Amino acid sequence: MLQHLPVLPLLIPLLAGALLLMPPLTNGLRWQRLAGTLFSMLLLIATVALLLKVHNEGTLVYAVGEWNPPFGILLVADRLSTMMCVLTAFLLLCVQLFSSATEDQQGKFLHPLLMFQALGIQGAFLTGDIFNLFVFFEVLLIASYALLIHGGGPQKTLANVHYVTLNLAGSALFLFALGIIYGTFGTLNMADMQQRAAHIDANDVQLAKSGAMLLLVVFGLKSAMMPLHFWLPRAYAAAPAPVAALFAIMTKVGVYSLWRVHGTIFGDNAGELANIAQPWLWPLGWLTVVVGIIATLASKTLRELTANLVIVSIGSLLLMVALNTHEATSAALYYLVHSTLATALMFLLAGLIIQQRGKAEDRFVQSRPVNQPALLGGLFFLAALALIGMPPISGFIGKALMLKAALASEQAAWIWPPILIASLAALIMLSRSGGTLFWRTRGENSEATRAYPSQLTAVMLLMVSLPLMVVFAGTITEFTQMAADDLKQGITLITGGEDA
Amino acid sequence: MEFTFSLCVGVLTSAGIYLMLRAQTFPVILGLTLLSYAVNMFLFASGRLTVNGAAIIGQSEQYADPLPQALVLTAIVIGFAMTAFVLILSLRARSDLGNDQVDGRELPPERTAVEEALADKIEKNKADLNEKHKRNKR
Repeated sequence: MLQHLPVLPLLIPLLAGALLLMPPLTNGLRWQRLAGTLFSMLLLIATVALLLKVHNEGTLVYAVGEWNPPFGILLVADRLSTMMCVLTAFLLLCVQLFSSATEDQQGKFLHPLLMFQALGIQGAFLTGDIFNLFVFFEVLLIASYALLIHGGGPQKTLANVHYVTLNLAGSALFLFALGIIYGTFGTLNMADMQQRAAHIDANDVQLAKSGAMLLLVVFGLKSAMMPLHFWLPRAYAAAPAPVAALFAIMTKVGVYSLWRVHGTIFGDNAGELANIAQPWLWPLGWLTVVVGIIATLASKTLRELTANLVIVSIGSLLLMVALNTHEATSAALYYLVHSTLATALMFLLAGLIIQQRGKAEDRFVQSRPVNQPALLGGLFFLAALALIGMPPISGFIGKALMLKAALASEQAAWIWPPILIASLAALIMLSRSGGTLFWRTRGENSEATRAYPSQLTAVMLLMVSLPLMVVFAGTITEFTQMAADDLKQGITLITGGEDA
Repeated sequence: MEFTFSLCVGVLTSAGIYLMLRAQTFPVILGLTLLSYAVNMFLFASGRLTVNGAAIIGQSEQYADPLPQALVLTAIVIGFAMTAFVLILSLRARSDLGNDQVDGRELPPERTAVEEALADKIEKNKADLNEKHKRNKR
């Protein structure tokens, strides 16, 4: 059982999703909710167990079906990938709990779809084969297509048409890139690729470069890098609140792939292909932050504002990927966890606010007050502090670590201003929006809808996790440093590299 | 053979991209389909083109690389599912949004020169009539 631990984060959501579609569990929403919550707890336990095992014993490599490399498909569980898996599982649990209140009544199959979405995300984190990465991207995408349109309505349909079309084009580009890479590298195994990158045939170098750049476009599209980010605000603002919260980690899958592929395979040791994406990541990451700031200031609803803050955080992460030093990676990992949790929290809060404000939804306009102003207002205040990056909550540490990592490089003068101004813009917009949402009220509130216990549990779980990240900041940063080491080393040392 | 093959991929890709840039959903879906055909052929060629080579070792002197064939198979299956989904989605968009434009907004119908002239004339007649009414009232 224990040696199969690396595959459990894939098996649990896969089987759970299938079981949730079968008779005993389809009989009623109560069963779906109960089973969904149990399965996501199980997933969380499995990923935490995997994390502990990997932390103590080093990277685990799991050859699916005992087909050894270079022929079989590998799952590679190192500190970085298991950390992302735990984050996904935790997020899934919160989203599952939150959607168990009202969202799962608005359409069918929400719980199984959430499971399949988690399957795709976990798979993308764990796989050690770049074609398999494509397959898991498709798994998470098809689940997200269905989740985005959950509940229906013209706005969601329109956002979904754009999202689906763009991502299908992205998938086609991904396949072109994979074809080029297979043609030049002769392998699709990431560990193998890393070894061969330095010894590419001189005639093929240009081809391999174009393959790497195509991959940059694909991952840029996934992570919402500057010229490819236009789909994000509309999609996230249209999605149901819990779905948007789960999507908070989807852009991070793109950043993660950038680290794995452009940071490691095409990293320092790749000969002529070394650091091929760096000259592009600099300006694009920088522009992503700037565009994100401008869009933040122009946001009209809370969900749109949060979506634009996602773009800002992606831009900061891209800058860290471009830095590609040990410190930068470890700081970015801390910030990545924080920003995922904080944006998910804000999306869930937006869901609660929409529920209680009636027709005005989460638009920044005068309307009737929310039913539980003290509770929601307090939570909003804390979540806003986290998103801005104010001291008592984890955003501060994340941003401070990133700024410190940037200080060591020559580009500090470039990196500091956008990150700091982004905080200022977030401060302005979040205080304005909080004032409008909670204080500019008119008329009586209807006593009809209050936050359901399961919704509050989900929000509280996320809320508590943020201060915990501060309390255990020492442990977490130690861990992220080791994860950054794992990433830097790549997976060559452990897999059967001698076959290459 | 290489030239024909690359020509096919190139034509399919450019046609696909052209169609994808259209404003209506149906051409866009066709474009995506053409693009996925181009991708499949391209992947197929990534193991280099060989003639008379089975993908099984020992069947012939030269054997073809079997991996691209497996990749193409996977890509075809995924492409199928995605095309089915995007078709249904665009039908849904047609009924939800009331038109088949990708950005959901109906363009104003284009007028020919004759229609333009007629519309102008009608406007002018209306204005004249109004004028007459006013004069009669006085």
